[in-house]
Amino acid sequence: MSNKPEKFIDENGLRLDGRRVDEMRPMTMEIGVLSRADGSCYLEWGKNKVLAGVFGPRELHPRRMQRANVALIRYRYNMAAFSVEDRARPGPNRRSTEISKVSSEAFTPVIMTELYPSAVIDVLAEVLQADAGTRTAAINAATIALAEAGIPMKSLIAACAIGKVDGQLVVDLNKDEDNYGEADLPIAFTQDGDITLLQMDGNLTQDELKEAIGMAQKACEQIFELQREVLLNRFGKPDEIEQLAEETEPEPEVEFDEETTDEEVASELQEDEEEAPSEEDIPEEENDDDVDEELGGEKDEQ
Amino acid sequence: MSNEIMTRLAKDYVYNLMLKGEREDGRSFDEIRDITLETNVIEKAEGSAKIHLGATQVLVGIKLQIGTPFPDSPDKGVIITSLELNPIASPSFEAGPPREKAIEMARVVDRGIRESGAIDLNKLCITEGEQVWIVFIDIHVLNDEGNIVDASSLAAIAALMTAKIPLEREGRGDDMMMPVREMPVGVTLVDIGGEMMVDPVRNEEDICETKLTVVSNQDGSICAMQKSGEGVLSVEQILLAVDIACKKAAEIRENYLLNI
Repeated sequence: MSNKPEKFIDENGLRLDGRRVDEMRPMTMEIGVLSRADGSCYLEWGKNKVLAGVFGPRELHPRRMQRANVALIRYRYNMAAFSVEDRARPGPNRRSTEISKVSSEAFTPVIMTELYPSAVIDVLAEVLQADAGTRTAAINAATIALAEAGIPMKSLIAACAIGKVDGQLVVDLNKDEDNYGEADLPIAFTQDGDITLLQMDGNLTQDELKEAIGMAQKACEQIFELQREVLLNRFGKPDEIEQLAEETEPEPEVEFDEETTDEEVASELQEDEEEAPSEEDIPEEENDDDVDEELGGEKDEQ
Repeated sequence: MSNEIMTRLAKDYVYNLMLKGEREDGRSFDEIRDITLETNVIEKAEGSAKIHLGATQVLVGIKLQIGTPFPDSPDKGVIITSLELNPIASPSFEAGPPREKAIEMARVVDRGIRESGAIDLNKLCITEGEQVWIVFIDIHVLNDEGNIVDASSLAAIAALMTAKIPLEREGRGDDMMMPVREMPVGVTLVDIGGEMMVDPVRNEEDICETKLTVVSNQDGSICAMQKSGEGVLSVEQILLAVDIACKKAAEIRENYLLNI
């Protein structure tokens, strides 16, 4: 057990781990790490190591839990026994039950649950190593896993905790700051700036709260940027798609100028599928750009 | 499940009223229901309080036992808060171990008490690392007409304020009052069409999907918060809710806690 440090912020305004007060720990994300899950993400945030997997939409059992009009978002936050200093008893406890509930509610507003009535979308978040801020880390990973699973969402979700040490608000608490700090405020944002998760304990004045929410929003914008990058790397960047389109453009032009046979159309279709699998119709030459623009636009929104 | 019980018509009625800025029971959006608070209602408990928040009834009992401290806080007493949604309180509650809704409520009440420093836990240490007092806060929900969290939070602190540490029973001298040094009060607001409304009754809770509970201290600072429910809240809504909650908490403290 570590003892309470005398000072959390040194005379240069740096924290014990060398960060500025508004600086997050480095975050890395890897998408698609589990072959059996429909979507997955492994995330490291400082010393936190979190794995999120998404299954579904699939049939919900027991049936009485089904919702007639919408899908249920079933979120399970689970800590590995070895993830913390003193071994944690495996299985759900009161803390994890609460976190699972509020995390599910953090995603329900943005997932288009109305598309899958009676179904369930299982979001499983495994904390493999914990170092403060695991619920927010799990949410950030779960967003990517949901996106990879192709679950229609109105927005990504990003989450970050703001805390207070030595009377000073700081972004993304580390373990000591969490243990001995004066406040802890995990918040999750949508890209529109709405809040889908908010919890707080400790002591904050109303003014501090206002400032803290602003800091959280800034941190979450950075996280959105990282998430966007991960998704674009996985699913293609808009400029790459544009480039591909330019490269392949002359060919269809020539072919479409002549009378195309069905076979040629079929081979064209195959080629197209590599870039835009969802397009079923062979585009006329003018449509070619539209398709790519559409794709590019979609990525932009993400 | 409770949605099935409340007919669609009644729901529409309450919803439309709320959109007009009115409530079924005639309250304004920032008005809490009448409270009656009785303390020391259970002689066998070290402290107790029964609250009526409108028609919602909650009974909180405090029991103390000697036990071992947590290894990371060897010189501090322990608080354990449990909340049971008894089947007697509502036709939609089922018997059995607490589920996520009850666990969440218990933990929000617990956070308010714990994080405000309401109890001086150092004074509950008997011998460091070996024996400390364990404070059990047991919340017994008797009738659910909405907003169990606020009722429980108020009853819990009231019960603690009247609780005695049973030193005599243990042969350790005269009984001592519980070292209470803060009076945290929780106020819950729901989002209705972008506006924030305090102290929702059951029908209102069923309709409004998003709640925010704010627990605040005597100096107006906040010691615990929880957003609950499947909707979103804007930053403005949260700041407004916090402001209202702190003011309401001050009123409640003034009227019901300071005279205990």
